[in-house]
Amino acid sequence: MGVWIMAGITFREAARKKILWTALFAGAAFLLVFGIGLHLQVGDFRTSSVPPFLRYQVVSAMLMIGLYTVDLLAVVMTTLTSVDTISGEITSGTIHAIATKPLPRWQILLGKWLGFAAMAAVYVAMTFWGTIAEGYWIGGVMVQHPVQGALLVYLECIVALSVTFMFGTWFSTLTSGVIVLGLLGVAFLGGWLEQMSGFTEGSRLAMVGIISSLIMPSEAIWRRAAFDMESPLAGSLRFSPFADVSVPSLTMIGYACVYMLIVLAIATYHFRERDL
Amino acid sequence: MSHTDGFAVQTQNLRKVFSGKVAVRDLTLTVRRGEIFGFLGPNGAGKSTSIKMLLGLAKPTSGEAYVLGAPSGNVEIRRKIGFLPENFRFYEWLTPPELLHLHGRLCGVPASLLSQRIPALIDMVGLTPHVDKRLQYFSKGMMQRIGLAQALVHEPELIFLDEPTSGLDPIGRRMVRDIIRAQRDRGATVFLNSHLLSEIEITCDHVVFIREGEVVTSRDIRAQQEDAVRVEVRARKISAECVSGLARWSAAVEVDEERLTFTTPSREPLPDIMRYLVAAGADVYQFTPQRMSLEDLFMNVMGEDRGL
Repeated sequence: MGVWIMAGITFREAARKKILWTALFAGAAFLLVFGIGLHLQVGDFRTSSVPPFLRYQVVSAMLMIGLYTVDLLAVVMTTLTSVDTISGEITSGTIHAIATKPLPRWQILLGKWLGFAAMAAVYVAMTFWGTIAEGYWIGGVMVQHPVQGALLVYLECIVALSVTFMFGTWFSTLTSGVIVLGLLGVAFLGGWLEQMSGFTEGSRLAMVGIISSLIMPSEAIWRRAAFDMESPLAGSLRFSPFADVSVPSLTMIGYACVYMLIVLAIATYHFRERDL
Repeated sequence: MSHTDGFAVQTQNLRKVFSGKVAVRDLTLTVRRGEIFGFLGPNGAGKSTSIKMLLGLAKPTSGEAYVLGAPSGNVEIRRKIGFLPENFRFYEWLTPPELLHLHGRLCGVPASLLSQRIPALIDMVGLTPHVDKRLQYFSKGMMQRIGLAQALVHEPELIFLDEPTSGLDPIGRRMVRDIIRAQRDRGATVFLNSHLLSEIEITCDHVVFIREGEVVTSRDIRAQQEDAVRVEVRARKISAECVSGLARWSAAVEVDEERLTFTTPSREPLPDIMRYLVAAGADVYQFTPQRMSLEDLFMNVMGEDRGL
């Protein structure tokens, strides 16, 4: 019961503090820019002599870039909106009035996590499916396995959310934010290094990427999502930024799920044990 | 620890150390059920840390603490505990009824009961004119008032109030005093931490003084009238022998020309002292016994150099 009350108040807080609406507004602005860009590109193609096959590949690549932007925005938005919820309330003393109520601390943490997870779900649903819809209606292209792609993007968000919560039980808001964004940066770089290693089959570079993904698997989840969504032909074209030259396995997705659960368990344990 | 049932709070050798720094050294105290208990001490004495340990917000390094018969930190017992933190803060986007509804629900109070109780509580703390206002527009005093209401929304058996009158004007202070007494009258125990000694003196039944995380002394305020008495005498011809003879009744005698002050453990020996002074040849113009205020007692116990 306490979990759902906390989840509800956290979601309402996001809505009432305009975090959710601001994020959704930013998402809508992104969709507008993406839609205009797609529309202009399609218009230019109508008056050009580019072969239809190549047009389709270019518009498909634009859609993938749009979805990659959605992925980045969703992860950063999830991190930034949730980074203050634990550490900020500990610092301000707001948590004292809640933590002295008859609900275990794990319920406070899990309730807040569910609230932000719901908010991320709304954000991903709007921006991801909005981008897919624009790609279909304006560009006439569709990705493979969009549901799988959306779920993986959402998984990436809740992994980042769990990591943010874990550091929030230890450090101040600013420190937590810096650490989590730093980890996302490591994952981003590692993911691209691993991708680059696929072109040259360099195992040492791949190892750096894999280790980065083990430390923070966010980018690996996106690369798997990209692999699942891209058409086999586009994926095999080596000039695509999301070419399937180094695809994270399903084991890596399983690892990301276990990673998230372990991180959440550590967050819960530390929040329960620490002084407030 | 045994026989915890008769007590609202009982601690034994409670100790808290933060990174090698001792915050609470060795706290042993008892709070009887149904009393208003004052918890006094200078800044840094360990009052807030002690309250945090009793409420389960901080884990003791060693020692035992029982609250309403259950070990401190017990989650279920918190249904019977209310807490107003010092400088109460909460989600600023809530209105007073929303805040009380949330806290009531977290305490397991049915929504139907809350819908009756919340307007009465808001009225009790004087916030009815601000019922639609969000907390972000509340002054410090208004936050204290709504914080007090949230501590009472589930009609707890034990209420911890940490500086409940800070930020309140005299009318607000009086309101808090009346609410505290009303809570005692309905059978609740109130654990009051305040720097305002005059407030404590008016409100509390029993106080303890702590210093460096240890109880220095305790006083039953209601019985204090039978306690120490400070006497001020104005007289001429006070000889040195006369002053030294007062030692049999008082250890601390001060003489400033025609002004003589001393403290006796009770009012009992005052007639004897009066007769003694006259017999010793002093011309007594004024003999004024004064009950020691809590502030005097505090200064006596803590020492003049310690700030509040």
